[in-house]
Amino acid sequence: MIQTFVFYLFAVLMIASAVMVITARNPVHSVLWLILAFFNAAGLMVLVGAEFIAMLLVIVYVGAVAVLFLFVVMMLDIDVAAMRAGFMKNFPLGIAIALILLAELVLGIGAYRVGAIELGTPMASEAPAMVESNTAAIGAMLYSKYVFLFEIAGIILLVAMIGAIVLTHRPSKSKRGQQDIGKQVRRNPDEATQMKQPEVGKGVEL
Amino acid sequence: MIGIEHYIVVSTVLFVLGVLGIFLNRKNIIIILMAIELILLAVNINMVAFSAFLGDLVGQVFAMFILTVAAAEAAIGLAILMIYFRGRGTIAVDDANQMKG
Repeated sequence: MIQTFVFYLFAVLMIASAVMVITARNPVHSVLWLILAFFNAAGLMVLVGAEFIAMLLVIVYVGAVAVLFLFVVMMLDIDVAAMRAGFMKNFPLGIAIALILLAELVLGIGAYRVGAIELGTPMASEAPAMVESNTAAIGAMLYSKYVFLFEIAGIILLVAMIGAIVLTHRPSKSKRGQQDIGKQVRRNPDEATQMKQPEVGKGVEL
Repeated sequence: MIGIEHYIVVSTVLFVLGVLGIFLNRKNIIIILMAIELILLAVNINMVAFSAFLGDLVGQVFAMFILTVAAAEAAIGLAILMIYFRGRGTIAVDDANQMKG
Protein backbone atom coordinates (compact mmCIF):
# COMPACT_ATOMS: atom_id res chain seq x y z
CA MET A 1 0.00 0.00 0.00
CA ILE A 2 2.65 2.46 1.06
CA GLN A 3 4.72 1.29 -1.91
CA THR A 4 1.91 2.15 -4.32
CA PHE A 5 1.47 5.56 -2.76
CA VAL A 6 5.18 6.35 -2.91
CA PHE A 7 5.39 5.13 -6.51
CA TYR A 8 2.60 7.46 -7.61
CA LEU A 9 4.11 10.33 -5.65
CA PHE A 10 7.50 9.94 -7.33
CA ALA A 11 6.03 9.28 -10.77
CA VAL A 12 3.68 12.27 -10.73
CA LEU A 13 6.35 14.59 -9.37
CA MET A 14 8.87 13.39 -11.94
CA ILE A 15 6.52 13.86 -14.88
CA ALA A 16 5.37 17.25 -13.63
CA SER A 17 8.95 18.45 -13.29
CA ALA A 18 9.77 17.06 -16.75
CA VAL A 19 6.91 19.16 -18.12
CA MET A 20 8.34 22.18 -16.34
CA VAL A 21 11.82 21.47 -17.77
CA ILE A 22 10.60 21.80 -21.33
CA THR A 23 8.21 24.71 -20.73
CA ALA A 24 9.99 26.93 -18.22
CA ARG A 25 10.79 30.43 -19.47
CA ASN A 26 14.11 30.75 -17.73
CA PRO A 27 16.81 28.13 -18.51
CA VAL A 28 18.02 28.33 -14.90
CA HIS A 29 14.56 27.23 -13.72
CA SER A 30 14.70 24.45 -16.30
CA VAL A 31 17.91 23.11 -14.78
CA LEU A 32 16.43 23.23 -11.29
CA TRP A 33 13.34 21.31 -12.44
CA LEU A 34 15.67 18.81 -14.14
CA ILE A 35 17.38 18.24 -10.78
CA LEU A 36 13.99 17.57 -9.18
CA ALA A 37 13.17 15.09 -11.95
CA PHE A 38 16.45 13.26 -11.34
CA PHE A 39 15.78 13.04 -7.62
CA ASN A 40 12.34 11.56 -8.22
CA ALA A 41 13.75 9.09 -10.75
CA ALA A 42 16.27 8.02 -8.13
CA GLY A 43 13.36 7.50 -5.74
CA LEU A 44 11.62 5.30 -8.31
CA MET A 45 14.77 3.23 -8.68
CA VAL A 46 15.15 2.81 -4.93
CA LEU A 47 11.58 1.53 -4.92
CA VAL A 48 12.49 -1.49 -7.05
CA GLY A 49 15.63 -2.20 -5.09
CA ALA A 50 18.24 -0.71 -7.43
CA GLU A 51 19.83 1.51 -4.82
CA PHE A 52 23.29 1.62 -6.43
CA ILE A 53 22.00 3.04 -9.72
CA ALA A 54 19.76 5.42 -7.76
CA MET A 55 22.67 6.82 -5.76
CA LEU A 56 24.76 6.99 -8.95
CA LEU A 57 21.98 8.98 -10.54
CA VAL A 58 21.99 11.48 -7.69
CA ILE A 59 25.80 11.75 -7.62
CA VAL A 60 26.49 11.84 -11.35
CA TYR A 61 23.44 13.63 -12.69
CA VAL A 62 22.65 16.04 -9.88
CA GLY A 63 26.19 16.45 -8.65
CA ALA A 64 28.00 16.72 -11.95
CA VAL A 65 25.82 17.08 -15.02
CA ALA A 66 23.20 19.44 -13.59
CA VAL A 67 25.87 21.62 -12.01
CA LEU A 68 27.68 21.70 -15.38
CA PHE A 69 24.41 22.83 -16.97
CA LEU A 70 23.98 25.50 -14.32
CA PHE A 71 27.51 26.79 -14.89
CA VAL A 72 26.99 27.04 -18.63
CA VAL A 73 23.55 28.64 -18.33
CA MET A 74 24.87 31.26 -15.97
CA MET A 75 28.02 31.92 -18.03
CA LEU A 76 26.11 32.57 -21.23
CA ASP A 77 24.14 35.73 -21.64
CA ILE A 78 20.88 34.42 -23.03
CA ASP A 79 18.10 36.54 -24.42
CA VAL A 80 15.18 34.65 -22.91
CA ALA A 81 12.48 36.39 -24.93
CA ALA A 82 14.15 35.67 -28.28
CA MET A 83 14.60 32.06 -27.27
CA ARG A 84 10.88 31.68 -26.75
CA ALA A 85 9.95 33.11 -30.13
CA GLY A 86 9.45 29.81 -31.95
CA PHE A 87 7.68 28.09 -29.06
CA MET A 88 4.12 28.51 -30.24
CA LYS A 89 5.04 28.06 -33.90
CA ASN A 90 6.52 24.62 -33.23
CA PHE A 91 3.80 23.61 -30.80
CA PRO A 92 1.35 21.84 -33.19
CA LEU A 93 4.05 19.81 -34.94
CA GLY A 94 5.65 18.89 -31.63
CA ILE A 95 2.38 17.81 -30.08
CA ALA A 96 1.45 15.82 -33.18
CA ILE A 97 4.74 13.91 -33.21
CA ALA A 98 4.63 13.38 -29.45
CA LEU A 99 1.08 12.00 -29.68
CA ILE A 100 2.05 9.65 -32.52
CA LEU A 101 5.01 8.41 -30.52
CA LEU A 102 2.89 8.01 -27.40
CA ALA A 103 0.22 6.09 -29.35
CA GLU A 104 2.85 3.72 -30.72
CA LEU A 105 4.37 3.09 -27.32
CA VAL A 106 0.95 2.63 -25.69
CA LEU A 107 0.11 0.18 -28.47
CA GLY A 108 3.20 -1.79 -27.57
CA ILE A 109 2.29 -1.87 -23.89
CA GLY A 110 -1.28 -2.85 -24.81
CA ALA A 111 0.04 -5.72 -26.91
CA TYR A 112 2.01 -6.88 -23.92
CA ARG A 113 -1.03 -6.64 -21.66
CA VAL A 114 -3.15 -8.89 -23.89
CA GLY A 115 -0.31 -11.38 -24.07
CA ALA A 116 1.02 -10.88 -27.58
CA ILE A 117 4.54 -10.13 -26.33
CA GLU A 118 6.48 -12.46 -24.12
CA LEU A 119 8.78 -10.83 -21.63
CA GLY A 120 12.15 -12.44 -21.25
CA THR A 121 12.43 -14.99 -18.50
CA PRO A 122 14.97 -14.50 -15.75
CA MET A 123 18.12 -16.52 -16.17
CA ALA A 124 17.92 -18.26 -12.84
CA SER A 125 21.24 -20.02 -13.15
CA GLU A 126 23.22 -16.96 -14.11
CA ALA A 127 21.52 -14.34 -11.99
CA PRO A 128 23.46 -13.75 -8.80
CA ALA A 129 21.66 -14.53 -5.62
CA MET A 130 19.95 -11.52 -4.12
CA VAL A 131 21.22 -12.34 -0.65
CA GLU A 132 24.13 -9.95 -1.01
CA SER A 133 23.51 -6.26 -1.36
CA ASN A 134 22.66 -4.69 -4.70
CA THR A 135 25.97 -2.82 -4.79
CA ALA A 136 28.02 -5.91 -4.06
CA ALA A 137 26.22 -7.91 -6.73
CA ILE A 138 26.73 -5.19 -9.35
CA GLY A 139 30.36 -4.86 -8.38
CA ALA A 140 30.94 -8.59 -8.66
CA MET A 141 29.45 -8.54 -12.14
CA LEU A 142 31.12 -5.34 -13.31
CA TYR A 143 34.64 -6.36 -12.38
CA SER A 144 34.40 -9.90 -13.73
CA LYS A 145 32.20 -10.44 -16.74
CA TYR A 146 31.89 -6.84 -17.91
CA VAL A 147 35.37 -5.61 -17.05
CA PHE A 148 36.25 -4.71 -20.65
CA LEU A 149 33.03 -2.73 -21.07
CA PHE A 150 33.86 -0.99 -17.82
CA GLU A 151 37.30 -0.04 -19.16
CA ILE A 152 35.74 1.24 -22.38
CA ALA A 153 33.36 3.37 -20.31
CA GLY A 154 36.40 4.85 -18.61
CA ILE A 155 38.02 5.58 -21.97
CA ILE A 156 34.81 7.28 -23.15
CA LEU A 157 34.95 9.55 -20.12
CA LEU A 158 38.64 10.30 -20.74
CA VAL A 159 37.98 11.18 -24.38
CA ALA A 160 35.06 13.39 -23.35
CA MET A 161 37.22 15.17 -20.79
CA ILE A 162 40.11 15.81 -23.21
CA GLY A 163 37.67 16.77 -25.94
CA ALA A 164 35.90 19.31 -23.75
CA ILE A 165 39.23 20.85 -22.70
CA VAL A 166 40.55 21.01 -26.28
CA LEU A 167 37.31 22.53 -27.57
CA THR A 168 37.03 25.28 -25.01
CA HIS A 169 40.70 26.06 -24.34
CA ARG A 170 41.98 29.41 -25.57
CA PRO A 171 45.71 30.12 -25.52
CA SER A 172 46.32 33.15 -23.34
CA LYS A 173 47.16 36.33 -25.21
CA SER A 174 49.62 38.34 -23.17
CA LYS A 175 50.95 41.64 -24.42
CA ARG A 176 54.58 40.70 -24.05
CA GLY A 177 54.34 37.77 -26.42
CA GLN A 178 55.12 34.20 -25.61
CA GLN A 179 58.40 33.09 -24.15
CA ASP A 180 59.83 30.12 -26.06
CA ILE A 181 62.29 28.44 -23.74
CA GLY A 182 63.51 26.01 -26.38
CA LYS A 183 64.32 28.81 -28.77
CA GLN A 184 66.24 30.64 -26.09
CA VAL A 185 68.30 27.59 -25.22
CA ARG A 186 69.04 26.74 -28.88
CA ARG A 187 70.44 30.21 -29.60
CA ASN A 188 74.25 30.33 -29.70
CA PRO A 189 76.62 33.25 -30.23
CA ASP A 190 77.92 32.06 -33.61
CA GLU A 191 74.53 32.32 -35.30
CA ALA A 192 73.35 35.37 -33.45
CA THR A 193 76.31 37.69 -33.97
CA GLN A 194 78.78 38.47 -36.75
CA MET A 195 82.14 40.11 -36.62
CA LYS A 196 82.75 43.09 -38.94
CA GLN A 197 85.84 45.16 -39.43
CA PRO A 198 84.78 48.38 -41.12
CA GLU A 199 87.34 50.54 -42.85
CA VAL A 200 88.07 53.86 -41.29
CA GLY A 201 85.46 56.46 -42.19
CA LYS A 202 82.92 54.01 -43.58
CA GLY A 203 79.94 52.52 -41.87
CA VAL A 204 78.86 48.96 -41.73
CA GLU A 205 76.37 47.63 -44.23
CA LEU A 206 73.91 45.46 -42.44
CA MET B 1 0.78 -3.68 -6.21
CA ILE B 2 3.13 -1.93 -8.56
CA GLY B 3 3.98 -4.04 -11.59
CA ILE B 4 6.37 -3.54 -14.44
CA GLU B 5 3.62 -1.95 -16.56
CA HIS B 6 3.53 1.05 -14.23
CA TYR B 7 7.22 1.63 -14.73
CA ILE B 8 6.95 1.23 -18.49
CA VAL B 9 4.13 3.76 -18.63
CA VAL B 10 6.06 6.29 -16.56
CA SER B 11 9.20 5.92 -18.65
CA THR B 12 7.13 6.13 -21.84
CA VAL B 13 5.59 9.40 -20.75
CA LEU B 14 9.01 10.74 -19.78
CA PHE B 15 10.47 9.72 -23.15
CA VAL B 16 7.65 11.42 -25.05
CA LEU B 17 8.12 14.56 -22.96
CA GLY B 18 11.78 14.58 -23.88
CA VAL B 19 10.99 14.31 -27.59
CA LEU B 20 8.37 17.04 -27.24
CA GLY B 21 10.92 19.25 -25.51
CA ILE B 22 13.25 18.99 -28.50
CA PHE B 23 10.44 20.12 -30.80
CA LEU B 24 9.17 22.93 -28.61
CA ASN B 25 12.52 24.56 -27.92
CA ARG B 26 14.02 24.46 -31.39
CA LYS B 27 16.04 27.63 -30.76
CA ASN B 28 17.39 26.97 -27.31
CA ILE B 29 20.09 24.32 -27.48
CA ILE B 30 20.47 24.20 -23.69
CA ILE B 31 16.88 23.00 -23.31
CA ILE B 32 17.46 20.56 -26.17
CA LEU B 33 20.39 19.06 -24.28
CA MET B 34 18.24 18.83 -21.15
CA ALA B 35 15.51 17.09 -23.16
CA ILE B 36 18.10 14.56 -24.34
CA GLU B 37 18.99 13.98 -20.70
CA LEU B 38 15.30 13.35 -19.97
CA ILE B 39 15.15 10.79 -22.79
CA LEU B 40 18.21 8.98 -21.46
CA LEU B 41 16.68 9.05 -17.98
CA ALA B 42 13.54 7.39 -19.35
CA VAL B 43 15.67 4.68 -20.94
CA ASN B 44 17.51 4.20 -17.66
CA ILE B 45 14.26 3.80 -15.72
CA ASN B 46 13.15 1.18 -18.22
CA MET B 47 16.45 -0.68 -17.91
CA VAL B 48 16.37 -0.68 -14.12
CA ALA B 49 12.69 -1.65 -13.95
CA PHE B 50 13.15 -4.63 -16.26
CA SER B 51 16.31 -5.61 -14.43
CA ALA B 52 14.51 -5.57 -11.09
CA PHE B 53 11.36 -7.33 -12.20
CA LEU B 54 13.20 -10.04 -14.16
CA GLY B 55 15.76 -10.54 -11.42
CA ASP B 56 18.68 -10.08 -13.79
CA LEU B 57 21.33 -7.56 -12.81
CA VAL B 58 22.70 -7.03 -16.35
CA GLY B 59 20.12 -4.29 -16.88
CA GLN B 60 21.53 -2.29 -14.00
CA VAL B 61 25.09 -2.74 -15.26
CA PHE B 62 24.06 -1.39 -18.64
CA ALA B 63 22.11 1.43 -17.00
CA MET B 64 25.44 2.46 -15.53
CA PHE B 65 27.02 2.52 -19.00
CA ILE B 66 24.12 4.63 -20.28
CA LEU B 67 24.80 7.01 -17.40
CA THR B 68 28.47 7.21 -18.40
CA VAL B 69 27.70 7.97 -22.02
CA ALA B 70 25.09 10.55 -20.98
CA ALA B 71 27.62 12.35 -18.82
CA ALA B 72 30.20 12.36 -21.61
CA GLU B 73 27.60 13.59 -24.08
CA ALA B 74 26.56 16.44 -21.79
CA ALA B 75 30.17 17.53 -21.32
CA ILE B 76 30.95 17.53 -25.05
CA GLY B 77 27.61 19.13 -25.93
CA LEU B 78 28.13 21.97 -23.50
CA ALA B 79 31.71 22.48 -24.74
CA ILE B 80 30.43 22.77 -28.31
CA LEU B 81 27.75 25.17 -27.05
CA MET B 82 30.43 27.33 -25.42
CA ILE B 83 32.50 27.68 -28.58
CA TYR B 84 29.34 28.29 -30.62
CA PHE B 85 28.34 31.09 -28.25
CA ARG B 86 31.87 32.51 -28.30
CA GLY B 87 31.91 32.67 -32.06
CA ARG B 88 28.41 34.02 -32.69
CA GLY B 89 27.28 35.67 -29.47
CA THR B 90 24.01 33.74 -29.43
CA ILE B 91 22.88 30.18 -28.89
CA ALA B 92 20.02 30.23 -31.39
CA VAL B 93 20.70 27.07 -33.33
CA ASP B 94 17.84 27.23 -35.79
CA ASP B 95 19.93 29.45 -38.06
CA ALA B 96 23.14 27.48 -37.77
CA ASN B 97 23.95 27.37 -41.46
CA GLN B 98 27.58 28.41 -41.58
CA MET B 99 28.60 25.19 -43.29
CA LYS B 100 25.76 25.48 -45.82
CA GLY B 101 24.76 21.93 -45.08
